[in-house]
Amino acid sequence: MPTPNNNNSWDIIVKPKTSLFKLNFSEIWEYKDLILLFVKRDITAVYKQTVLGPLWMVIQPIFTSLIYTFTFSKTARLSTDGIPDMLFYLMGQTFWIYFADSLNKTSNTFVSNAAVFGKVYFPRLVVPISIIISNLVKLGIQVALLILFYFYFYFTTNQITIQPALIFLIPALIIFLGLFGLSLGILFSSLTTKYRDFTFLLGFTVQLLMFASCVVFPISMYSTKIQNYFLFNPIVAYLEAIKFALTGHGVLSIYHIVIDSVFVLMTLIVAMIIFNKTEKSFMDTV
Amino acid sequence: MSKTVIEINNLGKQYRLGQVGKGTIADDFKRWWYNIRGMDDPFLTVGDENDRSIKANSDYVWALKDINFSVQQGDVLGIIGKNGAGKSTLLKILSRTTSPTLGEYKIKGRVASLLEVGTGFHPDLSGRENIFLNGAILGMRKSEIKKNLDEIIAFSGVERYIDTPVKRYSSGMYVRLAFAVAAHLDPEILIVDEVLAVGDQEFQDKCLGKMKSISGQGRTVLFVSHNMGAVKQLCTSAILLMNGTLKATGKTNEVINTYFSTDDHLLNTGNVPRDYKRLYSNGKAYIDFISTADQSNEIKKKYFFKETINIILNVELLEDIKDLLVSFSILNDEMQKISYVEYPESSTQTISLSKGKHQLVLKLHDSFLPGKYFLSPALMHYTGEAIDFIEKVAEFEVNSDSIDGSHNYKWNEKHGNAYMKIKEITIKTL
Repeated sequence: MPTPNNNNSWDIIVKPKTSLFKLNFSEIWEYKDLILLFVKRDITAVYKQTVLGPLWMVIQPIFTSLIYTFTFSKTARLSTDGIPDMLFYLMGQTFWIYFADSLNKTSNTFVSNAAVFGKVYFPRLVVPISIIISNLVKLGIQVALLILFYFYFYFTTNQITIQPALIFLIPALIIFLGLFGLSLGILFSSLTTKYRDFTFLLGFTVQLLMFASCVVFPISMYSTKIQNYFLFNPIVAYLEAIKFALTGHGVLSIYHIVIDSVFVLMTLIVAMIIFNKTEKSFMDTV
Repeated sequence: MSKTVIEINNLGKQYRLGQVGKGTIADDFKRWWYNIRGMDDPFLTVGDENDRSIKANSDYVWALKDINFSVQQGDVLGIIGKNGAGKSTLLKILSRTTSPTLGEYKIKGRVASLLEVGTGFHPDLSGRENIFLNGAILGMRKSEIKKNLDEIIAFSGVERYIDTPVKRYSSGMYVRLAFAVAAHLDPEILIVDEVLAVGDQEFQDKCLGKMKSISGQGRTVLFVSHNMGAVKQLCTSAILLMNGTLKATGKTNEVINTYFSTDDHLLNTGNVPRDYKRLYSNGKAYIDFISTADQSNEIKKKYFFKETINIILNVELLEDIKDLLVSFSILNDEMQKISYVEYPESSTQTISLSKGKHQLVLKLHDSFLPGKYFLSPALMHYTGEAIDFIEKVAEFEVNSDSIDGSHNYKWNEKHGNAYMKIKEITIKTL
């Protein structure tokens, strides 16, 4: 005879509807090995069969910054806020690419992993989390490059001054920048499972967003009033603060950073709820 | 005392037919509108039973409905049913790749599902790297994989290539490596789909052997298969699904018998519709009817031991065929091939038929030992080129009383495969 079980002794209980806020972090922790293996795969697999390998991670920002220097600074004569051209664009590029990659790559979590998700269960959040971590690794390498350029300009020119008190703010800003990309990314990945329209929307929105995020021009070009609007874009507030901490040029607005960070956290919560709701049955609509 | 490890209550899964488009937005909106007013999903009350051959009345269909059963620890449960009965949907829900629309289920213990081998293999990574990746996806910890690494590589038999990207592997090597990883999973509950039965005989035997050893260790296995022999061999109990509902549960033998006796017009009448899922067809000719009959060509399903059995085959040729060859595989009730007959046996006797419908009556030289049998008929060119090939139809039974009452069959042991021969063939044009 089967012995009766009480509910506590079950390991998994699956129902059609679960609480909106039920996020199983301990389960994700169980899969930490998988996260690390995904990170390893994302970083190594891309550069298989290449000669230069991870060197491409630094070639790309250098060339982009050179082209920006030529187009936006030398040709269009846009200001670089008193920061050496190359350094200005390299800073903008490094952090913008981190954000855009986090957004773009997490935004097709469900669609591009449908084959795996359809066969095996693991917490789906493992995939975007591993993407964010591999992006951090990539960012680390690009920041190392940035530091090289930074010291070159620091010692050869007297245009930039470091703000030691604010340096420690930078890691927090980077994390929030990544979280913002992650939230938007998993939000879009949930929406695209059923309606692919969002893929097209995201494609050009990210391109346009770069121009709305003061990556290739400084916010100081505008009046204080317009600056206040711009700073409600978390990317602008974070990027300007990072520039200010490193060079002494840029706009630091703690007020905007706090409001933007609250907004980022709220977006993250909403995105997680929607992602959670989607992950259970997206295989039926993907 | 056994312990319930899986309990399933009123499980149901609804799917929407057709494509995602403007129509689905309207439905989504309606669902959301009911939802915010705290009402039930309006589409749960609609939906057809899942019989794919009948035109749908509703946009929604129940792939599974009202499924209730429980599994005890150490059970090896076979899940059987025709294509589209809901077997794979049930496995998908139990392995948590999709969620049920209604009902709930509870599981105790670590679950591993093998709906496919090699899930998540990355073509650019080496065999070794893929072992880790695939193992982790299947739920193994890195330390477990490391511990078993040498064993996995040895089991796969691709040691020489282990540091080569898997995209350079032959498909056989790929599958071997993938299965080697899966074989070293160590779950309390294993869910296996019949997809595993794709490889060659050696690979299939390996799969079955592995499952046997797992079930021997007191673990629970859920096994979906069309291979009744394998189900009979492995499973202690079984469930039968039909059009998304649970038709039978119980001992494997009983459920398999129910499966074969369920109303299946193909098995009963012998008519083979043109849209019947054929193993192969090149469209030059079709088998429209296949059944056994007694010596006066009366269609029958039950025979006495030593009774003469004829096979009646109606075919339609869409073009003239000069070198037709008819063949049958004879299968026992475990769906194992026990014999094979073909006509003609030499090229001088080939059947030449003109375009149109014909009836072929084949008189077998030999009779059958008591038991249940199925036929897999095929039309071919004498050169071996297949024309039409149908599997596992025309069920018939031979009982142990002999036709003349003199020599009843009284042996219980299994008999091996037999060489059989067609005695005579008569053809008439319809």
